[in-house]
Amino acid sequence: MASFDYNGKTIETDDEGYLQNLVDWDKGLAEVLAEQEGVELTDKHWKLIEWIRDYFQKYQVAPAIKSLAREVMKLENLPDKKEANRFVYELFPEGPAKQLAKIAGLPKPTGCV
Amino acid sequence: MAKPKEKYKVPVLDGKIPIPKIVPGAFAYEHMIGAQEEDMRALGFPAKLQDGWKEKAIGVFKEILDHNKAVRDYMDICVRCGACTDKCQFFLGTADPNNMPVQRQELMRKVYRYYFTPSGFFKTLSNSQELTEEVLKDWYTYYYQCSECRRCSLFCPYGIDTAEITMAARHIMDSIGLGHKYATEVIHKVYKTGNNIGIPPLALRRTLDDLEEEMNEESGKDVKIPMDVEGAEVLLVPPSADFFAMPHMESLKGYAKVFHKAGISYTVSSYASEAGNFGMFLGSYKNAKEINKRIWDDARRLKVKRVIMGECGHAWRAAYNYSNTMNGPFDFLDSKYKQPTHICDFTLGLVKDGVIKLDPSANDDKVVTFHDSCMIARSSRIGDFAGGQFVIPRELIKAAANKFVELRVGTTKEKTFCCGGGGSLLAEEVMNVRIAGAMPRMQTIKEAVDNHGVNFCACICAICKTQFTKMFPIYGFDAEMVGGIHQLVSNAILM
Repeated sequence: MASFDYNGKTIETDDEGYLQNLVDWDKGLAEVLAEQEGVELTDKHWKLIEWIRDYFQKYQVAPAIKSLAREVMKLENLPDKKEANRFVYELFPEGPAKQLAKIAGLPKPTGCV
Repeated sequence: MAKPKEKYKVPVLDGKIPIPKIVPGAFAYEHMIGAQEEDMRALGFPAKLQDGWKEKAIGVFKEILDHNKAVRDYMDICVRCGACTDKCQFFLGTADPNNMPVQRQELMRKVYRYYFTPSGFFKTLSNSQELTEEVLKDWYTYYYQCSECRRCSLFCPYGIDTAEITMAARHIMDSIGLGHKYATEVIHKVYKTGNNIGIPPLALRRTLDDLEEEMNEESGKDVKIPMDVEGAEVLLVPPSADFFAMPHMESLKGYAKVFHKAGISYTVSSYASEAGNFGMFLGSYKNAKEINKRIWDDARRLKVKRVIMGECGHAWRAAYNYSNTMNGPFDFLDSKYKQPTHICDFTLGLVKDGVIKLDPSANDDKVVTFHDSCMIARSSRIGDFAGGQFVIPRELIKAAANKFVELRVGTTKEKTFCCGGGGSLLAEEVMNVRIAGAMPRMQTIKEAVDNHGVNFCACICAICKTQFTKMFPIYGFDAEMVGGIHQLVSNAILM
């Protein structure tokens, strides 16, 4: 367990920096988490963050990588999934499962992924 | 836009796998992150280390010695011949002497001698050691730098299986409340949602819908992945990574197309949505049995005739080797079929019988090699004949692709190296252990790439696929070189 101060509040994370209490998340906190990851958030990042949070709210788990790629193809008007994956990795170099999920305030994906 | 987060120390690849000069304590700093209390409780372990842990640990140790004759023998019969020393990929990669199999065993054996042999009390004479906090720390470090791959046991003249010792040590540690987060969290998720990732039924259905749509667009055929269908002929149990990650999902498409084309009705289960069995990694019989039971309970509920396992190494070991004694016999299934059946065995049978046709030229852009997964190569069998686990995957690859190259002799089949991520080491925090452990296999990949132009490494294990997808770019190869055999089948099958 680790923690840091944000807006006068103590934010708890697990040892890998994922939020312990998902309700702590807001846009300002996402900026802080992104900075810890060395990621500078642009409009393109935000579109994915909002979509993945909606998905999580509905399904209680992060989307499968192909479902994410499908969405990115639509959002960014890309020709195929390969391009979509490349686009995601450009925004989040450590990968969507790890970095996008963390910044969006989702729990860490587990298992053989 | 964004900068890479971490830098790793990566060995240089020159194709050689030298025996390193030992560096004591070189990897003593590496540690798995400790378990969360709620996960430990869910698995039936104490939430954390408590007073009296030492007595408890020795008690559990004694139970293991009483019930597991193999472990008791392994404690006594090592003659220090040294045949195992240079056979472990984690020793070759880390140079840490505690990663020599004999030394890894010695961490437990010296405690065994102290408590369970007559001369143990005379420490110097018998080289024994009381279980102190210091020793426990070594256990926690080095029993999590073993992937339970069993390569060393192949070369041991007495057949001492370090994996059994690692499992025993992990079980003792869990039993006193000293667990690690990665596998305990995963098992807790299996109990809550049916799979390691934590995909609930609604999300699983959504994922399968997306995948069906993709297959429709690509093939023009209405390929389905049915879920929870009672009365289907086959229950298909893939590792949950096949529902979530890449390249794993490409193999799931391959399975679906095979069933579609063969006209055999099948279903996946949202209750048994995991082939993997991390209980086995922990050496916890109780948890391994509980996880395994979900598959057979749902096979019964769905009234299927047979169970087929997807591309997952240790899942196949757990299902093939242990199912029958853990939760069998499966007299409610159709006795015509092997229980369970490996997906490669199933698909190759259909190819040979002419039920499905593969066009290998569909993979002509690939020069394929095959990485034998340790759990399948050394710990189980596929098919009806000795060595089937080596022959069947290769025959299926050759039916699906024209260009196939073997990796270096002495590192394939039963002598295969571990990918470096098995046995619950697939955690982010031990990335340097994973990089070091992958080194021998990466040297042989380098050789195959340089000499034969290999550009596709086929695997039949979700862990190997994930580990390699991470390791290949770290070592300078393209991550897209990694994939499953049914990914090749998916490309080649005539729809």
